[in-house]
Amino acid sequence: MDDRTDRPDPDALLRQTEKLTGTRQRGHLKIFLGAAPGVGKTFEMLTVAHQMARDGSDVVVGLVETHDRPETAALLEGLESVPRRAVPYRGQVLWEMDLDAILARHPRIVLVDELAHTNVPGSRHPKRWMDVEELLEAGIDVLSTVNIQHLESLNDVVASITHVRVRETVPDIVLNRADEIELIDLTPTDLLQRMRDGKIYAPQTAGRAILHYFSPGNLTALRELALRQTAQQVDAQLVDHMKANAIAGPWAAGERIMVCLTLQDRDASLLRYAKRLADRFHAPWIVLHVETNRDIGNDARAGMAARMHLAQSMGAETVTIPGQDVAADALAYARTHNVTQIIAGRPTPLPWLDWVFPWAWRSTTGQLIQSDGQIPIHVVRAASDDEAELGAARPRAKRSIGPFLSGSGIIAMALGVAMALRQGLAVNNVSLVFLTGILWVAVANGLWPSLWASVLAMLCFNFFFLPPLYTFTIVAPDNVVALVFFSATSVIASHLGARVRSQAVVARHRAEITEALYQFSRKLAGIVTMDELLWTTCHQIATMLDMNAVILLPGGDALHVTASYIPGEALGPSDLAAATWAWRHDRTAGRDSDNLPGARRLFVPLRTGHGPVAVIGLDADRSGPLLDPEQQRLLDALGDQAAVAIERITLAEDLDRARLHAETEKLRGALLTSISHDLRTPLASILGAASSLDSYDALLSAGDRHDLITTIRDEAERLNRFVANLLDMTRLEAGGLAPRKEQVDVGEVVGSALARAARMLVRHTVTLQIDRDLPLLLLDDVLLEQALFNLLDNAAKYTPPGTRIEIDVARADGRLHICLRDEGPGLPVQDPDRVFSKFARLHAADRSRPGTGLGLAIARGFIEAMGGTIGAGNRHGRSGAEFMISFPLTEEKAP
Amino acid sequence: MSDPCVLIVDDEPAIRRLLRTSLGAQSWRTMEAETGTSGLEQARQGRADIMLLDLGLPDMDGMEVIRRLRGGGSSLPIVVLSVREDERGKVAALELGADDYVTKPFSMAELVARLRTALRHGLQKEGTTPVFTSGDLSVDLVRRHIFRDGQEIRLSPREWDIMRLLVQHAGRVLTHRHILGQLWGAGGDVQQLRVYIRQIRQKLEADPERPAHIVTETGIGYRLVVTDP
Repeated sequence: MDDRTDRPDPDALLRQTEKLTGTRQRGHLKIFLGAAPGVGKTFEMLTVAHQMARDGSDVVVGLVETHDRPETAALLEGLESVPRRAVPYRGQVLWEMDLDAILARHPRIVLVDELAHTNVPGSRHPKRWMDVEELLEAGIDVLSTVNIQHLESLNDVVASITHVRVRETVPDIVLNRADEIELIDLTPTDLLQRMRDGKIYAPQTAGRAILHYFSPGNLTALRELALRQTAQQVDAQLVDHMKANAIAGPWAAGERIMVCLTLQDRDASLLRYAKRLADRFHAPWIVLHVETNRDIGNDARAGMAARMHLAQSMGAETVTIPGQDVAADALAYARTHNVTQIIAGRPTPLPWLDWVFPWAWRSTTGQLIQSDGQIPIHVVRAASDDEAELGAARPRAKRSIGPFLSGSGIIAMALGVAMALRQGLAVNNVSLVFLTGILWVAVANGLWPSLWASVLAMLCFNFFFLPPLYTFTIVAPDNVVALVFFSATSVIASHLGARVRSQAVVARHRAEITEALYQFSRKLAGIVTMDELLWTTCHQIATMLDMNAVILLPGGDALHVTASYIPGEALGPSDLAAATWAWRHDRTAGRDSDNLPGARRLFVPLRTGHGPVAVIGLDADRSGPLLDPEQQRLLDALGDQAAVAIERITLAEDLDRARLHAETEKLRGALLTSISHDLRTPLASILGAASSLDSYDALLSAGDRHDLITTIRDEAERLNRFVANLLDMTRLEAGGLAPRKEQVDVGEVVGSALARAARMLVRHTVTLQIDRDLPLLLLDDVLLEQALFNLLDNAAKYTPPGTRIEIDVARADGRLHICLRDEGPGLPVQDPDRVFSKFARLHAADRSRPGTGLGLAIARGFIEAMGGTIGAGNRHGRSGAEFMISFPLTEEKAP
Repeated sequence: MSDPCVLIVDDEPAIRRLLRTSLGAQSWRTMEAETGTSGLEQARQGRADIMLLDLGLPDMDGMEVIRRLRGGGSSLPIVVLSVREDERGKVAALELGADDYVTKPFSMAELVARLRTALRHGLQKEGTTPVFTSGDLSVDLVRRHIFRDGQEIRLSPREWDIMRLLVQHAGRVLTHRHILGQLWGAGGDVQQLRVYIRQIRQKLEADPERPAHIVTETGIGYRLVVTDP
């Protein structure tokens, strides 16, 4: 890597471009930075806001703390304010910034005071700077204020200056990403004067404050910090500019700083030191954690996760790699990643252990220092008052007593065996019996039980076997030597045995996970439906991580639970809000996260290269962090596989939809052709005949003329029928068909339908049989006649001339049946009912008959609209189709 | 020459009846076919002088009928009956070897005129009349003279080529592709052709915006109208 080339640095270019163009999408953040409260940040911010408002910008006050300072309050006049939100908390009502109201108002610029503020529990984000992030993401420009003591990386330094540890911190990355930082500078003397004048705090508070926090020394130191921070920021911008424009500069090239973080480094001072160092060198920094099989215990893992998170918020790249030998693996990583400086925590609090038991106790830092002379190593000592800060960090062993009892039992057994063998066995060999027991305990129960067993064995050995017997005293010097060696051997044996055990445990665990992942991916590959895929994913995640899982997929505007481990699980409003947030922002939200932590579940977006495809929600009944780093990795692996599978199936579904769409388009095209054909053919005949009569009247005989006129009339009627059909179909489709029912004599309607169809049926024989004494039915006679007419029209078209059409009207089984039989070729055997589907002819690619195939569909629509049924089939015993209309007779009793 | 015989290939009985009556009244003889297969069969018998072909047939596409007929070496003139929207179908039919088309619904006089033109072409394929006259226009293909109202009009060589092609196929529609293929080989484009046609119209037509001689068949090509003087 050589940064000294004259080529513009792509990263720097990107950063600049983001700053120049990205501001369109992302809001512009301007921070007013002060060294201490009271320097006039808010005042300045409001002044700027007024200026902007005067220039015509849409400026809104999201939240400004006046601290009862009259000058500041006066400046609020004339600016639009978004009302604060009342949040009840422990019997009090707190007034917080209303993030949603601001987002809804969507001003061009919003003022948000005190970036470091911690929100009331239950807010969407725990910290105000996260609210600001969301505002920026929504494309709103933000003006904000912050004091230097709130900057995360300066936390230690400020604490050491002022002896007050600030709890509310802002990650450095927020400041680094700010587009503009304006330092509000006031000399300590002026500030103190203002304070004495009561312009900052009420007089009595001011007195106390001057004594403690606002001592001139403190203020000078804080002011220097603020100045330096601003200078650094300006410097970074300059460096970006120079790199982007390929200006050869004096910046330190190629520095890379790596923090080797172990479970022993429980405080954050290591990270803050690294951050400051990295800033000074303008160097990227990495925080590396080598996870070994010794790192067992959820508390320890949670603590590590918290520190890694902190490191990320300070701008570090965090890396966790699995390994055995922390020092060797960390060095290997450092070498392959061109790390130039390593930072490690101070060795264990008992350094002598390094020398006494180097194989067991030597700290990682010690090994680091000894094993490599190439990379400079900084050793940082923990700040003692930091212990409480990352409270979850302290690994407190919650050991069950079971392994110790079983260890004791094994030693008791060893004692028994030794007692039984004491006659034939030299005293020194008895120790071998105990050693076997200790090894057994080590392999079965781990390190601490086996150390406990070593102590027990030592005591037993002394008490029962070393003369004088049954006392803990030892007389013979060689027995002292024997006991000492026995002790040493047993400790070593414990350690080795335990290590073998934990390695085996870890190896088995890893193998199981690998196997499970492999099985999962094979399962996914075979799945073709979305439901099955989601359920399998849900189940797999739930069982592998031992928690409940739900999967949400977008549908319409909102997310919906599409699969859950516990069937039928529904999300509460807060969970749904968190899930939606996670989906929209493509980031983790909910429990244990920075966004909407009040939710019961943790929501993780499943994403592919094309963005999120689903959101998975996790929860467990246990308290404490939901996921340790290993589970996090596992979830990532499972999630990636699932996301790809979901995308695959979504694509397949899209493809199907596209195919269906193409099919529909084809059908539409065919329909258009068909309708245009059906409309135009009669028109062509009519126009042709009319123009023929017009042009060649003299040439036509009387018969010719009659022929042409008949053509015109027949075709006009045909056209009329077709248009009527189209209109009827439209009415049916639109759902606007309301039958006008009245008492109807069905026989009469059949008769009138026949009369209407007479001209079409001149070449057919029609027989009609109607039961006598049929009751009147409550029907719409117009619809019924049209339905019958369409059936007759159909029969006329599809049966050869000269054949017979039979119509029977009869009552049976409490219903009235109208049966129409013909002697034509009949209907398709496999699915006679299909003739009723719209455009049935189109599907059959049958163009030999006129008509679009709407007639029967309309008949069915009309009959069903009147509460009847219609079916079709083939006649038994001879060829021909049979249509059966049937109405219930219950209407009979109607008045 | 005896009365010409039209083979009507259409599945619509109403249309067939109309054509039979109307053409019969003008002493055309008619033959009828309901399907493409039967149409091809009757055409091969050789009694028909011209075929009137509907493109939508129950058993095969009208295109297929043209393809088979021309594939079999027949030069029977074909006039296609088609609906208006189907420009691509018309072009395809013309390129397959149909002589002309009539859009449904049609007026009988127009249909008869088209049938006559196509028939005349069928008879004249070998030699062209040296002097073409239509309305106020007269074109002498041999001497390369062109007159409107007795006034000679000068055309550029390329314009003359187009004009000659139109005259040779007077009364018939020529597709863009056909004209381009004849005059430019593979290299021409429709835009170029449009420019030439406009130039010819400027010289030829009384009102170039509403041409009376070279009419545009939108989406298909151009036609030189034949009007009896």
